[in-house]
Amino acid sequence: MATAPGPVRPAEPAPASARFTDRLSPRASFAIRRTGRLVASLLIVVVASFLVIHLVPGDPVRAALGPTAPVGLVENTRADLGLDEPVTRQFADYVAGLLQGDLGTSIQTRQDVAEVIAARFPTTLTLASLGFLVAIAGALPIGMGAALLARTARGRSANPVVSGGLGVLIAVPDFLLSVGLIAVFSVWLGLFSPAGWGDLRSSVLPVLGLSLGPMAYLARIVQVEMIKVLDSTYMTTARAKRLPQRIVLFRHALPNIVTATLTVGGLLLSGLTAGTVVIETVFAIPGMGNTLISAVQTKDYPMIQGVVLVFALMVLAVNLIVDLILITIDPRTSISEG
Amino acid sequence: MRKLVSPAGIAAVLGTAVLLSAALAGPGTWGGAATEPAIVDRLAPAGAEHLFGTDDLGRDIFARVMVAARLSLLLTAGATAIGVLGGVLVGLTAAVLPKYPRRALVWVMDMLLAFPWLLLVLFCTVIWGATATGAMLAIGLAGIPNLTRLVYNLAASVSGQDYVRAARVVGVGPFGVLFRHILPNIANPLLVQAAASASVTLLAFAGLSFLDLGVQAPEYDWGRLLNEGIGSIYTNPMGAIGPGITIVFAGLVFTLVAEALADQAGQGVRSVTAAGRASMAPTGPGRAARAEDAAAPDGAVPQGAGTALAEVTDLRIAFPDGEGGLVERVHGVSLSVRPGEIVGIVGESGSGKSLTAMALADLSDASAVVRSATRRFDDIDLNTPLARGEGKRLGTELGIVFQDPLTSLNPALTIGRQLTEVSRTHLGMNRGEARERAAARLRAVGIPDPGDRLRDYPHQFSGGMRQRAMIGMALTGNPRLIIADEPTTALDVTVQKQVLGVLHQAQQATGAAIVLISHDIALVSGFCDRVVVMKDGAVVEELDARRIREEAGHPHTKGLIACLPDMRSDRDRPLPVIDAPLSAVAPPDEAVQGGAVAKVPAGDTGTRSRPSAT
Repeated sequence: MATAPGPVRPAEPAPASARFTDRLSPRASFAIRRTGRLVASLLIVVVASFLVIHLVPGDPVRAALGPTAPVGLVENTRADLGLDEPVTRQFADYVAGLLQGDLGTSIQTRQDVAEVIAARFPTTLTLASLGFLVAIAGALPIGMGAALLARTARGRSANPVVSGGLGVLIAVPDFLLSVGLIAVFSVWLGLFSPAGWGDLRSSVLPVLGLSLGPMAYLARIVQVEMIKVLDSTYMTTARAKRLPQRIVLFRHALPNIVTATLTVGGLLLSGLTAGTVVIETVFAIPGMGNTLISAVQTKDYPMIQGVVLVFALMVLAVNLIVDLILITIDPRTSISEG
Repeated sequence: MRKLVSPAGIAAVLGTAVLLSAALAGPGTWGGAATEPAIVDRLAPAGAEHLFGTDDLGRDIFARVMVAARLSLLLTAGATAIGVLGGVLVGLTAAVLPKYPRRALVWVMDMLLAFPWLLLVLFCTVIWGATATGAMLAIGLAGIPNLTRLVYNLAASVSGQDYVRAARVVGVGPFGVLFRHILPNIANPLLVQAAASASVTLLAFAGLSFLDLGVQAPEYDWGRLLNEGIGSIYTNPMGAIGPGITIVFAGLVFTLVAEALADQAGQGVRSVTAAGRASMAPTGPGRAARAEDAAAPDGAVPQGAGTALAEVTDLRIAFPDGEGGLVERVHGVSLSVRPGEIVGIVGESGSGKSLTAMALADLSDASAVVRSATRRFDDIDLNTPLARGEGKRLGTELGIVFQDPLTSLNPALTIGRQLTEVSRTHLGMNRGEARERAAARLRAVGIPDPGDRLRDYPHQFSGGMRQRAMIGMALTGNPRLIIADEPTTALDVTVQKQVLGVLHQAQQATGAAIVLISHDIALVSGFCDRVVVMKDGAVVEELDARRIREEAGHPHTKGLIACLPDMRSDRDRPLPVIDAPLSAVAPPDEAVQGGAVAKVPAGDTGTRSRPSAT
């Protein structure tokens, strides 16, 4: 829904003294801390997805099957789900199942959860990847351009237009933006189809609906970082060398922007992963998000468990990729936390 | 309260009034039209009679939007309250906990923050089911980690303040500190954040209802209406757009309230736009500006102007003052440097010495308005746009060394990359030749194993080494002039000497002229041939460095020299004070300008980027 819940605050740097990792190189210490966090996150994700069915107040099976379902069916389903076993045993079975790729069976449709997810995952992955690409490919030139514009006399008068446009895109949540896109490009102009997935005509609007908000937010981060970089002394050093403008921008400015942008923007990109849930619903795209929403509505707990787990893993994967990029491109790894 | 009368403040008050009156009077006024089915009118398009059209039961959608205001706002308020209260509770608990439990708690919250907030909401929705209350709990709880982080950060910053430490020292317990010192001080930013998060909450709620996971029929909020409207978007687009616009409007009102509150707390970001308004300088920035009148320079007479390697005459540099005007910081300075000469520019902070030198190198900030009668390096006129080959010549023949090598070397590029690019771009060398040359220059400035060190990044060098590398970089071309802007100020004293030595050797080896900028007259007079003393943007005196003690005529120079303690100084007497206050020495108008300089807003790049270099 809304792209970011309030301002994202960078974590405060930890006190230097108490960490054993301080004695290592910054890169190694960063890698250790992030690996630790990844492992802990994985544990939390697995436990949380296991707990979904146990945290539901009352009898989850009765809730899922409805008040009119025969007692025998409820008892059988409960036995199928293993809910009669002690909790520790259930958890062990759950983890053992996960390791074999067994995510259980849907209460409602009796389908194998892993199979449903396998069938729908590629669509969601494609949508999210296209969303990333568009967001990043748009944010860098817009943000850098806006920062450069702000430094010329003529550009400053255009600046309010740019920042106003970005502000609107940031403020409007993705489901509203998508409705607006449908109203303009499908209903009014008839250019793109309002639902579906697969061909160009149906894929443009979902990707835009998913990526425009994060793109605007990223563009603003890029703009702020670019202004900071342009004001730095090393950019004066680069100017003193009278290098061609493109080298000054791409070699001297860009790497310094990417680090800061990714540190803050990583959260945004993992948020985009979850944004597919909304977009798939608006545009009736047969992906995992659509599955999740209908599973929540029908209280199909095994299906929810499976999809939530896969989404959380996607998020962790994005975070991991961002960390790997950071560790590769930032020699200082000044990214102490965050 | 004055700030409430800002446009954002007025809009916030008006918007809140509209929302509140809709929430209070909505169900009473429009209740009938919103609930009575009228089959004749079903699915009517938007028009004068039905502003947003009607739904499939013929109910007026505009009336339903107005009625839905109450439920939408109540649910928003509820979820925001849960989030803020939870955040304050957990955040402040974290703030008073002992070290290890505190770290654990913050760590868990950070971990939760790494997950998209929508995923947390969906997770909570699963537990309480797709109902209005369930959604309220879910959104409220999912907002807690972010608000906790905020409260904790605020509390941590306040508890680091001296007055809180003082309270601890006199024995005030953790809860006393919390309620008497921390809470009152973070209340204001917290209020701002609460309003901002209300905006996000409102949108989130609309989203959940839109996804069929929030308010369920027959009840309806704005999100539910949007959900119902999108089904008939082809026949009646306003049925979806109307509720959509309403949601955006309400979200905007909360954002404006947050902004108005933030303004009051003095956290506004107005200065950026103010700086933007100053853009329309009478003449363009940088070299585009050329003085029409080549008026005679006041003050110093340029020495050896005919044979000078680089010179400026009547240089004036001004910056936007943030209110549409300009503040002149350098008032008609003339300066020339002969080939091989070492010229020192001395002056206190703000005397314009760095600005002058940067204008000489044609590296003034983009926001600076630079005008001069002449400004040239060798035969390159810097007052006109550079011709094709001239940039290349400036890049190789003019080297720069800045004050702080940590910030003047690019942290993201290896030393090797930074020391080879001039050779590769301008001298047409291949990678191997350029690296060889770079290694030779590093060896020349006294860096051991230069070949290996080329692979290092600046942060892997010590401060003194970095400055050596910076000097090496200035030498990679074929420098005829090196401008060194306080090259030793950021270094400790023993390293200072070495770096000056390196600079001196470089001068001996290459025969380049040097402009050395410093506030330290002893350093300058020992190193230079000629010393230019600047004050308040003007040259007050030019002297032969060897005879500086004897010939100093201007009271400011005498003051600077008198401050230098030597072996005969009486250690019981205080050091002399230089000059009277600014206003007593400078002409009145300059004193005013001096005051105006401080008004240049934070958004302005000109004066802030090198705060201590002038």
